Amino acid sequence: MAVKILTEHINEPGINTFEVYRKKGGYTAVEKALKKMTPEEIVEEVKKSGVRGRGGAGFPMGMKWSFLAKPEGVPRYLVCNADESEPGTFKDHYLMREIPHLLIEGMIVSSYALGANKSFIYVRGELMYVVKILEKAIEEAKAAGFLGKNILGSGYDLELVVQPGGGAYICGEETALLESLEGKRGNPRNKPPFPAVKGLYQSPTVVNNVESISNTPWIVNNGGEAYAALGVGRSTGTKLISASGHINKPGVYEIPLGISVEDFIYADEWCGGIRPGHHLKAVVAGGSSVPILPANLILNLTNGDKRLMTYESLSDGGFATGTMLGSGGFIVMDETTCIVRNTWTFARFYHHESCGQCSPCREGTGWMDKVLERIENGKGNMRDIDLLVDVAKKIEGNTICPLGDAAAWPVAAAIRHFRDEFEWHVTHPHEATKPGAVYPGAMELV
Amino acid sequence: MSNIAEKIAFTPERFAKAQEIIARYPEGKQKSALLPLLHLAQEQYGWVSEEVMDYVAGLLNILPIEVYEVATFYTMFHLEPVGNHVIEYCRTGPCCLMGGEDVYTHLKQKLGIDTGETTSDGKFTLKEVECLAACGWGPVFQIREKYYMNLTNQKVDEIIEELSK
Repeated sequence: MAVKILTEHINEPGINTFEVYRKKGGYTAVEKALKKMTPEEIVEEVKKSGVRGRGGAGFPMGMKWSFLAKPEGVPRYLVCNADESEPGTFKDHYLMREIPHLLIEGMIVSSYALGANKSFIYVRGELMYVVKILEKAIEEAKAAGFLGKNILGSGYDLELVVQPGGGAYICGEETALLESLEGKRGNPRNKPPFPAVKGLYQSPTVVNNVESISNTPWIVNNGGEAYAALGVGRSTGTKLISASGHINKPGVYEIPLGISVEDFIYADEWCGGIRPGHHLKAVVAGGSSVPILPANLILNLTNGDKRLMTYESLSDGGFATGTMLGSGGFIVMDETTCIVRNTWTFARFYHHESCGQCSPCREGTGWMDKVLERIENGKGNMRDIDLLVDVAKKIEGNTICPLGDAAAWPVAAAIRHFRDEFEWHVTHPHEATKPGAVYPGAMELV
Repeated sequence: MSNIAEKIAFTPERFAKAQEIIARYPEGKQKSALLPLLHLAQEQYGWVSEEVMDYVAGLLNILPIEVYEVATFYTMFHLEPVGNHVIEYCRTGPCCLMGGEDVYTHLKQKLGIDTGETTSDGKFTLKEVECLAACGWGPVFQIREKYYMNLTNQKVDEIIEELSK
């Protein structure tokens, strides 16, 4: 059995309570950290672990921590990004709902490591029931002496605040999140200055994803080297994958980084294969913003090797033949899927979620939405397909935050790999607009 | 509206809760309480009217415009009156892959309304929303804080009938 860092006890009855979580070894990392380690030693272990940001960007967490400015007399903040909104991604939702104390424990050791005395968990507003679960966990931890003043007699104080968002994907971008936490519209900030220097309330701030922070108790308990020994190369540790779509067992899986994509899709331990009687057509491997890949390319690299579930292997071949691990939102599509329609729902999503600050994104996402809707409804022409590629190119790299790229990539990739389907919608509008219609041409299914 | 406007105020319990929320933030950073307070207000009134926004502005000692610009940015706040049950269904890709569009068509037929509309008895409002972070359990919709997952036509019927009682 593979090592489970986050989900080993997740099916234990009552694991959402302090009592059971504690019985299963919970909060030992807080004891070890506060009694036996200095903050610097914890930062060092997190650096050694090689754990990378699990929200999607994959930036080394220890390095992010080491950038935090420490001017005298200025408070520092840790903010947990629990604004999980990338289509295809629901792992943080699952983790917080099932085992809330893991995040609370992670917040305590991480806040101690960063020297923060007030830390925030920003949860997407739709998950108000999860806000209440976390608030209850905080109350329990406080009653047991793991939060509040002078935790475990160490002299360290910490207060945790759970903040609900208001329904805006953009607030998953860390500077938009900070704006939102300050009670403003979620418009991303220009960088520099980076949050590590001027973040929340213009103070030095670290923003980390739920899953990233939830790894820290294990790293404190077992050491960074033990964490780095798991996984492959620079893809250390485990990763939560949110599996959805046409598979037998949708759900959240904690995988050791380095298993093959094929195993992940077909093995009974994970997705359990494509639903009966159907075949794999395409996969979006890392949340809606990463390039879609057809079956043959998601399973195999161009050199014939099997593609692996790692940051490096998934991006092998660049965008020409590869994709990204992203947030781990793994959306599986069988032969009943119309790629044009699916791409349109993604484009509509980004149009809806653009904050409107940068014109390439504000206007471009609207254009892509409208043009895709036109093609999907049999009213497009061949020039529209090139227009989409052109608009995507003009958004990419030209915006303050990565939402522009996130909107451009799925459209560009769908046309790159499934251009025939777009053209068929133009040449066969009558057939293409029948309910449930799917391109009947040759497809490489697996 | 004006006679209602004069009476806008949190219930004593919510007022106490609001004070507790405002005290969470560092001195001088009380504007951070804006989103939590708007949620609290919507919980009480069902939607967020201009009068409610003005009331919240007063509690936080900020300008009304600072509340308006925020309330209109975030999609969760209803800026017009809604029915007793606001059904917010996810229209994004993964839910569509799981047959969401058929289920939502059934839902609309069952209620006899389209997205953005409220039933004539004022019981239900339908709203189309983007990804609710429950893709593996789709199709999904949300009514207030509750998630309804793995929806089928039959499940929709049961939920609507239960809520219609």
